[in-house]
Amino acid sequence: MSGSATTQQTLRLEGIGLSVGYGGTNVLDNVDLAIPTGEITILIGPNGCGKSTLLKTMARILTPSKGSVLLDGKAIHRLDTKSVAAKLGLLPQGPIAPEGLTVRELVAQGRFPHQTLLRQWTRADEDAVNGAMDIAGITDFADRSVDTLSGGQRQRCWVAMVLAQETDLILLDEPTTFLDLKVQVDLMDLLAGLAHQRGRTLVIVLHELSLAAAYADHLVMMKDGQIVATGTPDDIFTAARLKEVFDLEAKVLRDPDSGRMVCVPSGTRMRSVAPVTAR
Amino acid sequence: MSTIAAPNSGTHPVRAWSGVPVLLGVLVLAFLLHIAVGAKQLSIGTVIEALTNFDQTVFDHVIVRNLRLPRAVLAVIVGASLSLAGALMQGVTRNPLADPALLGLTAGAAFAVVIATSVLGLTSMIFIPWIAMLGALGAALVVYLIARLVPGGATPLSLTLSGAAISAFLSAVISVVHLLDQDTFENLRVWLTGGLAGRDITLLLYVGPPIALALIGGVLLAPRVTVLAMGDEVAQGLGVKTGALKVQLLAVVVVLTACSVALAGPLGFIGLVIPHVVRLYVGSDYRWIVPYAALAGAIYLLGVDTIARVAIPPREISTGIITAMIGAPLFVQLVRRRTR
Repeated sequence: MSGSATTQQTLRLEGIGLSVGYGGTNVLDNVDLAIPTGEITILIGPNGCGKSTLLKTMARILTPSKGSVLLDGKAIHRLDTKSVAAKLGLLPQGPIAPEGLTVRELVAQGRFPHQTLLRQWTRADEDAVNGAMDIAGITDFADRSVDTLSGGQRQRCWVAMVLAQETDLILLDEPTTFLDLKVQVDLMDLLAGLAHQRGRTLVIVLHELSLAAAYADHLVMMKDGQIVATGTPDDIFTAARLKEVFDLEAKVLRDPDSGRMVCVPSGTRMRSVAPVTAR
Repeated sequence: MSTIAAPNSGTHPVRAWSGVPVLLGVLVLAFLLHIAVGAKQLSIGTVIEALTNFDQTVFDHVIVRNLRLPRAVLAVIVGASLSLAGALMQGVTRNPLADPALLGLTAGAAFAVVIATSVLGLTSMIFIPWIAMLGALGAALVVYLIARLVPGGATPLSLTLSGAAISAFLSAVISVVHLLDQDTFENLRVWLTGGLAGRDITLLLYVGPPIALALIGGVLLAPRVTVLAMGDEVAQGLGVKTGALKVQLLAVVVVLTACSVALAGPLGFIGLVIPHVVRLYVGSDYRWIVPYAALAGAIYLLGVDTIARVAIPPREISTGIITAMIGAPLFVQLVRRRTR
């Protein structure tokens, strides 16, 4: 969208030379990642490639053994964690609400970083919670218990909680997992709206390749703790890359209507049909 | 309790606090009633007069001040402490069955006191609370370490099972001490069933300050407990230092449990049942559960102890027996409601 010079100036979140290890083996090995502001960055890669680890490290949940994450130019792991939470929101994978917690109560927890012992609940908190529920489209069941909702509705509640945090940066770890395809698309539309209409910067770990290609402004492909390719889907979402990164035999087609890239996997025992001939 | 307005929204503090005056009113009534009934029935008016305008030449006033008031104060403190400790533990462990007794803390405190008094021959009351704290803390750590060794880590289930195992083991050791040393144990026998009768109120001078600090700390930390109950990563994302918070909460729970055990022996079920009852009215945000649980716990123990004193006159039933007899069916009812 903007030229590389302006992107450089407004860069708010950046990982430099990140290495993260669990018990001797490195899950991330010297990874650099710059997050373009106001865009959707999507991380994809096979299971165990380190994409979740990278997201958690960028969100200061994991501390790297080497390298650093810069938030507005300062090392995030040395900043006060509550003041970081006022700038950067995180939705971890598969969060579970305490039994019986209502939607409004859940979303209200997003205000935690803005509260202190003396300043408990204000008009601004109330407005942020109502606004977040409105954007996420969950106002109608605000007083229902979260555990009575469907998977898609529940995930919208969690997104609303992160929205109520009112941060410019939002990191989400596989937010669409276990949802129906229609619900996945609705959720991704909601997230895309946040980035493109409300100027939020999103970093999302995704499993679904076609969704990633359809929604990413900036796509990051990872394998074995390294970043293999970064760029727009148009540039890097190719059959050769999918083979290299996922060891997946697939065709990448361009949808003639939308112009977006679509991944069509080819299995060895897929049903064979006669090729479509022009009518 | 059905008259309490349900402050079901975490975003309307004014409405949510509205049940507090109601519960405070009930607490005062239960407190006066607890003092009024007994071998010699007193009128509420006499009780109020004895408390506000004490006349040492009036025998009834002396009964109130010297015999009954200390016990009522004890019931309030122990009831509030155990209930608040249970509420915090349920939030931290994300385990609806968490309770100081179920997770081994009560048995640990009792065990330490028994060993210190019977085996080591320690008799000074000053040390009892501290020994109880060490015991509760030790038991909590052992229960946690055992639960962590289970495949899958310290889950609600593994914590509950390891808590039950440690409680059973410590109770067995207490029984062994009992068999080997009947004389010393005779003094501890009533204490170990849990109760408020004939307690040494001077102990309150030593445990009062730590209990007060822990109660205040528990209420102040309560909003974070809800955040923590949503999972460590969510909490960390919201800017909670989860490790430090868990240590602070453990300290609060250990102090409250240990001091309660020192004051009244191992009382079960209060920390388990009361937070669940409170949840039915105030919802699942610990910001409200914790303060309401403290008030409701105090009321509950006052009520239970009143029954213990008057149920089969002239004898008195141990309070611990009544809490279990009322608490167990109440708990079964709660489990049934939840699973339905």
